[in-house]
Amino acid sequence: MTTEPVVTSAPATTTGPANTAAGSSAGAAGADTIVDAGTRGVGADVGRPDGVPKVQGRFAFSSDLWADDFLWGHTLRSPHASARILGIDIGPALATAGVHAVLLADDVPGRLTYGLEHADQPVLADGQVRYVGEPVAVVAADHPDVARRAAEAIVVNYEPTDPLTNPEAAPTAAPIHPNGNVFREINIRHGDLDATGEVVVEGTYEVGMQDQAFMGPESGLALPDDDGGVELFISTQWLHVDREQIAACLGIDEEQVRLTLAGVGGAFGAREDLSLQIHLCLLALHTGKPVKMVYSRDESFFGHVHRHPAKMWYRHHADGDGRLVKVEARIVLDGGAYASTSSAVIANASCFAAGPYKVPAAHIVGLAARTNNPPCGAMRGFGAVQTCFGHESQMDKLAAALNMDPVELRLINALDSGDRLVTGQVITGTFPVAEVIRQCAGAPAPDIPRSDDRRDLPGGSGRTTDAADTVRGTGFAVGFKNLMFSEGYDDYSSAACRVADGVATVTCACAEVGQGFVTLAQQIARTELGVDEVILAPAQTATIGSAGSSSASRQTWMSGGAVQAACRAVRDQILADVAADWGVSPDGLVLRDGLVVSLDGQQEALLAQITAGPGYEADVEYHHAPTEALDENGQGNAHVSFACAAHRVVADVDPDLGLVRIRDITTAQDVGRILNPTQAVGQIEGGTAQGVGLALMEEIVLDNGLVRNASFTDYVIPTTLDMPDVTIAAWVEEPEPDAPYGAKGIGEPPTISSSAAVAAAVRAATGLNLPRIPIRPADIALG
Amino acid sequence: MPDPYSLRVNGVDCEVADSDLAESLLFVLRERLGLTGTKNACTEGECSSCAVLIDGVLTCSCLVLAATAAGQEITTVEGLGDGRDELSVVQEAFVHEGAVQCGFCTPGLIVAVHDLLEANPEPSDGDVREALSGNLCRCTGYGRILAAVHSAAATKRSQP
Repeated sequence: MTTEPVVTSAPATTTGPANTAAGSSAGAAGADTIVDAGTRGVGADVGRPDGVPKVQGRFAFSSDLWADDFLWGHTLRSPHASARILGIDIGPALATAGVHAVLLADDVPGRLTYGLEHADQPVLADGQVRYVGEPVAVVAADHPDVARRAAEAIVVNYEPTDPLTNPEAAPTAAPIHPNGNVFREINIRHGDLDATGEVVVEGTYEVGMQDQAFMGPESGLALPDDDGGVELFISTQWLHVDREQIAACLGIDEEQVRLTLAGVGGAFGAREDLSLQIHLCLLALHTGKPVKMVYSRDESFFGHVHRHPAKMWYRHHADGDGRLVKVEARIVLDGGAYASTSSAVIANASCFAAGPYKVPAAHIVGLAARTNNPPCGAMRGFGAVQTCFGHESQMDKLAAALNMDPVELRLINALDSGDRLVTGQVITGTFPVAEVIRQCAGAPAPDIPRSDDRRDLPGGSGRTTDAADTVRGTGFAVGFKNLMFSEGYDDYSSAACRVADGVATVTCACAEVGQGFVTLAQQIARTELGVDEVILAPAQTATIGSAGSSSASRQTWMSGGAVQAACRAVRDQILADVAADWGVSPDGLVLRDGLVVSLDGQQEALLAQITAGPGYEADVEYHHAPTEALDENGQGNAHVSFACAAHRVVADVDPDLGLVRIRDITTAQDVGRILNPTQAVGQIEGGTAQGVGLALMEEIVLDNGLVRNASFTDYVIPTTLDMPDVTIAAWVEEPEPDAPYGAKGIGEPPTISSSAAVAAAVRAATGLNLPRIPIRPADIALG
Repeated sequence: MPDPYSLRVNGVDCEVADSDLAESLLFVLRERLGLTGTKNACTEGECSSCAVLIDGVLTCSCLVLAATAAGQEITTVEGLGDGRDELSVVQEAFVHEGAVQCGFCTPGLIVAVHDLLEANPEPSDGDVREALSGNLCRCTGYGRILAAVHSAAATKRSQP
């Protein structure tokens, strides 16, 4: 290895000038004392430790790695959504000069299938392909173009069959997989199901298939070792669960598979499932050489799961004052060909289907079905995004039916701590929904003059729209979801801390995917240990236990909690030794500014001296409070904690051309406690942008199972011209009692309510029903 | 294999050997010369993560055949700071303003912002948005990036 992933160490990272974030805080002060927020600890505006190498181009992403004499891997994929494979001739490919290996399903030495929750997906297609892009063969060659041409030379004799593409038809259709066509059906029955309201509104809604579209394509480097094992440098969200699946399919012990996190170019859920991990290891073990693989952008669209497309029917009942009486819903998610996390996504979609509102009675039916469409799984918001569009569309419809202000309707129904969800669970943590609504809706209305600058108009510089032809609308939405894993899963993270010579070293396998955990880990260690220099050891499987997934808004709480606990364990050892030495109680000692100090001011010693030599070390596992499975009526304490956000969007629309320009986005969010203001702003702005994309432009277009737009030319994501400034009206800081420092995860809520608020703004501008996102120009112009 | 040729990158003449003439400048920079700062997010000219300057012109290196860039001055992100430890004003601003998350789009943006501020030292918000509208970023929603550009422009203007 001549290039190694940059280990995030602690250089004298510049902290920069005071941040100009628009955020202000509301809500109660925290119970958890923050020790040194004024410096570089928790709460401070500290810069990323990897910021400097990233701006210099020196940070090593998983596609930047190489090794002496390495080979390039390439994947042959199915062109059919459904077909039997009658035969495969690899002869021409193997005969290509420069080719070292061509591998098929028969070459998989261990388990033939993999999967996060159910191992139902073939490593390589075995006699049958079930979606366009399913891997059929992998090739290793001495040049990427040779590998690609060799893959094209493989002759596969397919017998195409009619694909099953309608998830609503899936449960009664002939099974397209031995496990059947239903991933999960959920029935939530809560309260008096015969109740009816004075006012009833009904609607059917649809959400298209969104892609995570991270910038750094799937890539990695596998190196065979001398005793049949393999080392893999990889971009992923969860090293240890990757290892588990890789080892099973390679048929070797987990200890023989050593993963190290390589630089990750974004994730957003798309790296929770395996993509090329097993393929790389197979090729490396087969050839005895290092193998590197980098997906192209079009291949990336086939290489990972997407956000589930949804069809939703809703009926809301309310009394004459607008108080919700009952919510009925049926939600169908298209899970595509393989299970991935569909069973968890449909649980979330169903549990949160009624929104963050008090609902005395609910009947919610959720179905995640198998089809021959591309597999769907995790994406930021994880089921709550789809149903937020449904319940918020319904709340606006209900407000109109009641002739009531839509914000007022939401306020009188807002859930609070102590209230019950439709799953029967009582919310025991903080959940300031009403305050979030008030802060967002009550922010000063933006003063946006009609502009003649074409860049501000729908259609932009294309000179398509005249200012006089635009109409303006304002929309509002609020959404929520759970934090961490649910339904009885024993979710945990591991961390180790060592303090030697006054320097802290933290080891944690948490996948840094861009969210800034590396910054928080250093801040936490500084706060707990009173040190400044904190080294982060590489995230890898060989040195530490699982950190769990960088998903579900869970790492600040879970791995943050693990790092905090490890640091506190080390602190307690140090203080116990010093206390014994000084003949005082450890309760009278603290670590501060690189010193051990007695609170009475009588004694102090240099931490570097106390910890000279081998120093002190601790290794911990941090678990969140246990949760329960849902029962047959979808009832149970299935979730740990909840977070909400609200968005207000102002949009200008050209109704004749169907073009939209968003002029302002204002948001407020339930954050528990802000640990790093600039990083919090970044999560909120970035998450909001992904919601804007889903509302207006992002959709994987399918035609009988075929993907029509697998490129950044045809799958468009928001640019600088599409995203207005995001005004953060308030961070609503009500510290979560069980969370380290009171901080809730903040990554997902911005993506949940932003799509619904954009759709509401376009409806307000046009008066159209617009039951589907993304809203396409024709939906407006011909609507 | 064709004859070796030479590329001038960041002021240094680099010999390119054993390279297929079909290789893009992006590929040669990354895989032949080890300059992996230039990124490969789409390799189809849509995202600008591979942006470099060729004779001062902002270019997607994925769309240029490497051999055609022989004899021209190529500047990559690695050539924009003042040595390993010194950051350019633009790089400094990106770090300070929190414009970096995963960082995959960052090198292309750094190159594009250098180009923008060279041509337009006092860009309006609309100018910045238009100039960077070809640089895709999926993490940030662009807010901190725009803040970094305005901050860098102000710093540059205040320098003698």
